[in-house]
Amino acid sequence: MSSHDVMPEMSLYQPVRVEDAIGIANQFADRGWLVGGGQDTYGWLKDRAKSADALIDLKGIESMRGVKETADGIEIGALVTLTEITKDPIIAQRYPLLAQAAGRVASPQIRNVGTIAGNVSQDVRCWYYRRGLNCYRAGGNLCYADTPEGMNREHAIFNASRCVAVTPSDTGPALVALEAQMVINNASGQRVVAAEEFFVGPNLDIQNTTVLRPGDILTAVRIPSKWANAQFYFEKVADRNAWDFALVSLSAVMRVNNGVIEDSRIVVGAVQATPRRLTEVEQAVRGKARNDSTADSIGDLASRTANPLNYNHFKMPLMDNLVKRALRGQA
Amino acid sequence: MNPKLTRRRFIKGVIASSAAAASTSLWYSAIGADRPAGAVERLLSLNVNGQTRRVDVAPQETLAHTLRYKLGLTGTKLGCNRGECGACTVLADDVNIYACSTLTHEVSKKAVMTVEGLRAADGTLHPVQAAFVQELSPACGFCTSGQVMSAVALLKSNPRPTREEARQAMSGNLCRCGAYDHYLNGVMRASGQLS
Repeated sequence: MSSHDVMPEMSLYQPVRVEDAIGIANQFADRGWLVGGGQDTYGWLKDRAKSADALIDLKGIESMRGVKETADGIEIGALVTLTEITKDPIIAQRYPLLAQAAGRVASPQIRNVGTIAGNVSQDVRCWYYRRGLNCYRAGGNLCYADTPEGMNREHAIFNASRCVAVTPSDTGPALVALEAQMVINNASGQRVVAAEEFFVGPNLDIQNTTVLRPGDILTAVRIPSKWANAQFYFEKVADRNAWDFALVSLSAVMRVNNGVIEDSRIVVGAVQATPRRLTEVEQAVRGKARNDSTADSIGDLASRTANPLNYNHFKMPLMDNLVKRALRGQA
Repeated sequence: MNPKLTRRRFIKGVIASSAAAASTSLWYSAIGADRPAGAVERLLSLNVNGQTRRVDVAPQETLAHTLRYKLGLTGTKLGCNRGECGACTVLADDVNIYACSTLTHEVSKKAVMTVEGLRAADGTLHPVQAAFVQELSPACGFCTSGQVMSAVALLKSNPRPTREEARQAMSGNLCRCGAYDHYLNGVMRASGQLS
């Protein structure tokens, strides 16, 4: 399938209020397509791998912009771009983890238009699925990546269920680590979902990576003050330093008192369909010093239960080493 | 064949004639008739390079398509047409973006700047362009207009970047000739940090 020069014909709506956007989204149901920065959208449409009758451009909705302080932390509007997150003074001061993660997404031009909501709700990047093949995730009944000849170097090492694609988001694991809350609006009102429950694996729903359904709009991301000014560690390993999605990324938040880790949340990206929390590691390091010997004592705890495919065994030591670097406190 | 009929002139001629044909096309008016209420108006007043250009833009049309094939601004190149090379980089309100991965309607209220808009009225090159010439930055030149626009965006927000900051800022523009260091030299010269 070739990439076409122009986009297929569609109508375009540019609502300026959330209620109007929800109304249009409900009118078109699964034939409508919400657009923030559009960087996950246009490839699908140009390739004719997915289609829509109407694009609903949300960027005119002022109430979904800006970073606000709240009683318990901050609220980031869904339309805040990744570049804005890297430059925001409050985020840089209290949650530099998120600024670092946002700053490692794709390329400067993509960060200039790509939004925080788009980064967490983007679809998986499995090239078989992206090519428009009728795989499990596309509603079919086979997986092209999990076969003896399948190119699955970038795919899952945990919790595959028919589909072996991984979460491509760099900010998703950071938000799970920070215990962020996702604010979702639809025609019947507003609901708030913990970042950890926002992402959905193929065992629960093979055609969606999040809890968002047609008619739902992710309008804001709230970050509680619980982990503000904690100790953080972020690292993303990718084939290239620009554009590429993570092979493995790690986002860690730690409360360290007198050198001792009192509490932590360690979350890994690109090893399964959702950000993976390393609860066993968190428990093992509680009460221990943040230093080399603690890092070494963890061994392969993070990757012990991995179930790698033909070409992605390398993700296991990669993940273990990122955990060690996070725990000893330097790269 | 007319020896003066260059490829560029031929393309511009096609753009002019198709724009004239489009204004009376039944196909366009038929699309308009069954458009659902509330959808965007096709006729835009687009601010490009400081001028207001009236242009008929399909709802799904990309900015790169409008610039090249409706407005004749072929300095903006299409490399991959999917946000993975940077050749189509233009500025929207002084921020560098991929024109291939932006709908024209998304920037209808912004000031768009392409490589054609950098030169002064008297023909003097923009400092970035002049520095790229002096440092022999381009090799084949296909990525150059995108590289220029990214450098211009960088120097607008950070007039004296370090070489590392410049490297980061230019990382969204691929150069298949591998002239990255030459472009970086150009950026440092344009910012007055090379003599």
